[in-house]
Amino acid sequence: MDVSKEPPTGELFEELAMPLFGQLFNFAQWLTHDPSEAEDLVQETYVKALKGFSSFQPGTNFRAWIYRILRNTFLTSRTGLRATATVPLDEEDRLEIPASTGTPESLFIDHAQEQLLQGAMEELPLRFREILLLCEVEEMSYQEISETLSIPIGTVMSRLSRARKALREILQRKVGA
Amino acid sequence: MDNYSAKLATYLDGELSADEMKAVDAHVRSCNACAADVLGQVQLKRAVQSAGKRYSPSPEFRAHMQQKIASRPKTSPVRNWLTAATVVAMLLVASMVATYLGSRRAEREQAFSELVDLHVATMASANPVDVISTDRHTVKPWFQGKIPFTFTLPELQGSEFTLAGGRMTYLGQAPGAHLIYSVRKHQISVFMFQDRDIKGGFGDDPGARTRRSFAVETWARDGLRYFVMGDANVADIHELASRLKAAGSS
Repeated sequence: MDVSKEPPTGELFEELAMPLFGQLFNFAQWLTHDPSEAEDLVQETYVKALKGFSSFQPGTNFRAWIYRILRNTFLTSRTGLRATATVPLDEEDRLEIPASTGTPESLFIDHAQEQLLQGAMEELPLRFREILLLCEVEEMSYQEISETLSIPIGTVMSRLSRARKALREILQRKVGA
Repeated sequence: MDNYSAKLATYLDGELSADEMKAVDAHVRSCNACAADVLGQVQLKRAVQSAGKRYSPSPEFRAHMQQKIASRPKTSPVRNWLTAATVVAMLLVASMVATYLGSRRAEREQAFSELVDLHVATMASANPVDVISTDRHTVKPWFQGKIPFTFTLPELQGSEFTLAGGRMTYLGQAPGAHLIYSVRKHQISVFMFQDRDIKGGFGDDPGARTRRSFAVETWARDGLRYFVMGDANVADIHELASRLKAAGSS
């Protein structure tokens, strides 16, 4: 095999990273709530990822790796620090009993209600918002979420359950209001 | 119900073990409270999925980033203007291709989402099929004159699959056939449309995969686009798909 024909690192990075560009931007704006901050965050993520690409192990999950970089970059930014400063400390690993699924879901069959749902998602605390996006929008497996957020799978499950419950409660309030 | 209700979300995320998936499957079919709960949770999952795809980067930002991370070989100063022109042209093409691919992907997602709706709505219906028969020689002729194509159905004797019947359906205004099969206690939908009517540039799946909590396999053959989907496991979906493919080519 002619080694010189292997794609250079930059090309390989581009090949792996660019298809995720739109999704990463979407995720970034959900975290930052601001388009220009989202652009800065995505740009910084790509620069960091490209620099650290040699530490990425081929064959492991690139998507979880680059999402983790984006999230860590966000958490150390000013907006990220502000968002995490208000996180209450509670027992994460206690498995949440699902809230009774009353009626709010059925109100969302109609996509016209999307704005209301988006508003409810905006209101979620950061750690609930991000895990819900990774699971429902990015369709990541629990294993991928665990790698992205650097938390055990048990915590993924309990946090997801709490996130869904919190979302239902916000919806219930919004619908009732 | 209580034993199961705690597992429903994990079940819908497709993260239970195969045995547990089967057990919850079976339970949901016999417990109205859990079935209603599942329906609500699926609706919320899908609504969040759709609402969550909210922001997209501007074409300028995409082009900027593409340029920033593109590997740039060193060129002589004389050639720089040429390279610059090439880069601009390539970026233009890349952004057009990306926009095109993005819209194709959105079309595919839209089609899947409509098919999931059709499947779920049919399963929830009191009269899921218009022609009730386990005999493929009864079901196939029923479609004559109702859809602008014909198809071949596989012989299922000796397998775990049973044909339950069929109904006409539409996807993006294109008429098609919707067949319902059952395997053990699972219902599987088989959709057939003329491939040229289906937007999104679907390819041929090498096997079934999970999408939006349903196992799905799609392929095109002889101008028809097939979709096999249901809450059965991917192996069942793939087996039925393989039988349909074999019938189509025999």
